[in-house]
Amino acid sequence: MNILINGQSVTVSENTSLTQALSQFGARPPFAVAVNGDFVPRSQCDAKTLNEGDSIELLSPIQGG
Amino acid sequence: MDCFSVYGEQFTSRLLIGSALYPSPSVMQDSIVASQAEIVTVSLRRQQSAAAGDDFWQLIKNTGLKVLPNTAGCHSVKEAVTLAQMCREVFATDWIKLELIGDEYNLQPDPIALLEATKILLADGFKVLPYCTDDLVLCQRLADLGCEVLMPWGAPIGTGKGLLNPYNLKMIRERLPNHTLIVDAGLGLPSHACQALELGYDAVLLNSAIAGAGCPVTMSKAFKSAVEAGRYSYVAKAMPEKDVASPSTPTLGMPFWHQE
Repeated sequence: MNILINGQSVTVSENTSLTQALSQFGARPPFAVAVNGDFVPRSQCDAKTLNEGDSIELLSPIQGG
Repeated sequence: MDCFSVYGEQFTSRLLIGSALYPSPSVMQDSIVASQAEIVTVSLRRQQSAAAGDDFWQLIKNTGLKVLPNTAGCHSVKEAVTLAQMCREVFATDWIKLELIGDEYNLQPDPIALLEATKILLADGFKVLPYCTDDLVLCQRLADLGCEVLMPWGAPIGTGKGLLNPYNLKMIRERLPNHTLIVDAGLGLPSHACQALELGYDAVLLNSAIAGAGCPVTMSKAFKSAVEAGRYSYVAKAMPEKDVASPSTPTLGMPFWHQE
């Protein structure tokens, strides 16, 4: 199935967990994630199963004012 | 020690500094050190393939300063709340500089959405530092919700115009004497920062004025001195302003005195 990570289309297997998808994408800590606009705490990423078309935001520290 | 409080934590430096827009990471680091700030602002964005973000975060961690994450760029309550939650996990702090933009042209905060998001975040355990306009009633409503710190703008972000409405800022200070007030955004010159402190503001938060200067490190020192001068001035209490001149040198014993 296809999902989006930071706007990029990514193909993953059915029943892929959020942790597995992030690993496949090459996510590097530190980061936080949201699925379809909802924050998913790190502690829940293993249990979070993805669905076709899910949109994941993978965010990391950057400069801010 | 002359300190101010941010949700119970005491700070002596009255200059909060941003980490963006510097010409290089080393200039950013040197400017932050020169400012002697104790609080630095940061943000979150989509992870890029290169490791530049990792380097930035390591530099900030090396400063040992208190980190204040922001929700810059958010236009809805939902976006701001989600980004705040993500910041809390990554930066391991419940502080959040809540930015909720209402107008794309001048980046003016949306006061209605700001109140709604503040209420949600305070209920979720956040210590909210709302970036708001210099509207007294809005500041009072934010205080009523439980904000201990308020951050009205001096002018729109990045304009460098200084305090556009000193009367409004003064009125907020007078009406909320027990809240920590920080002028956030719009400053361009150290004299602007000095003026904010002279009005009784506890601190200023700025970024572009230092990062966009010809020599950011030197400008950082200038702002450090300016906030100290402004604070001393406020504590010392200025002389009353008068419309009529009065001589400072004694007139008694003046030679060549014209009696006629």
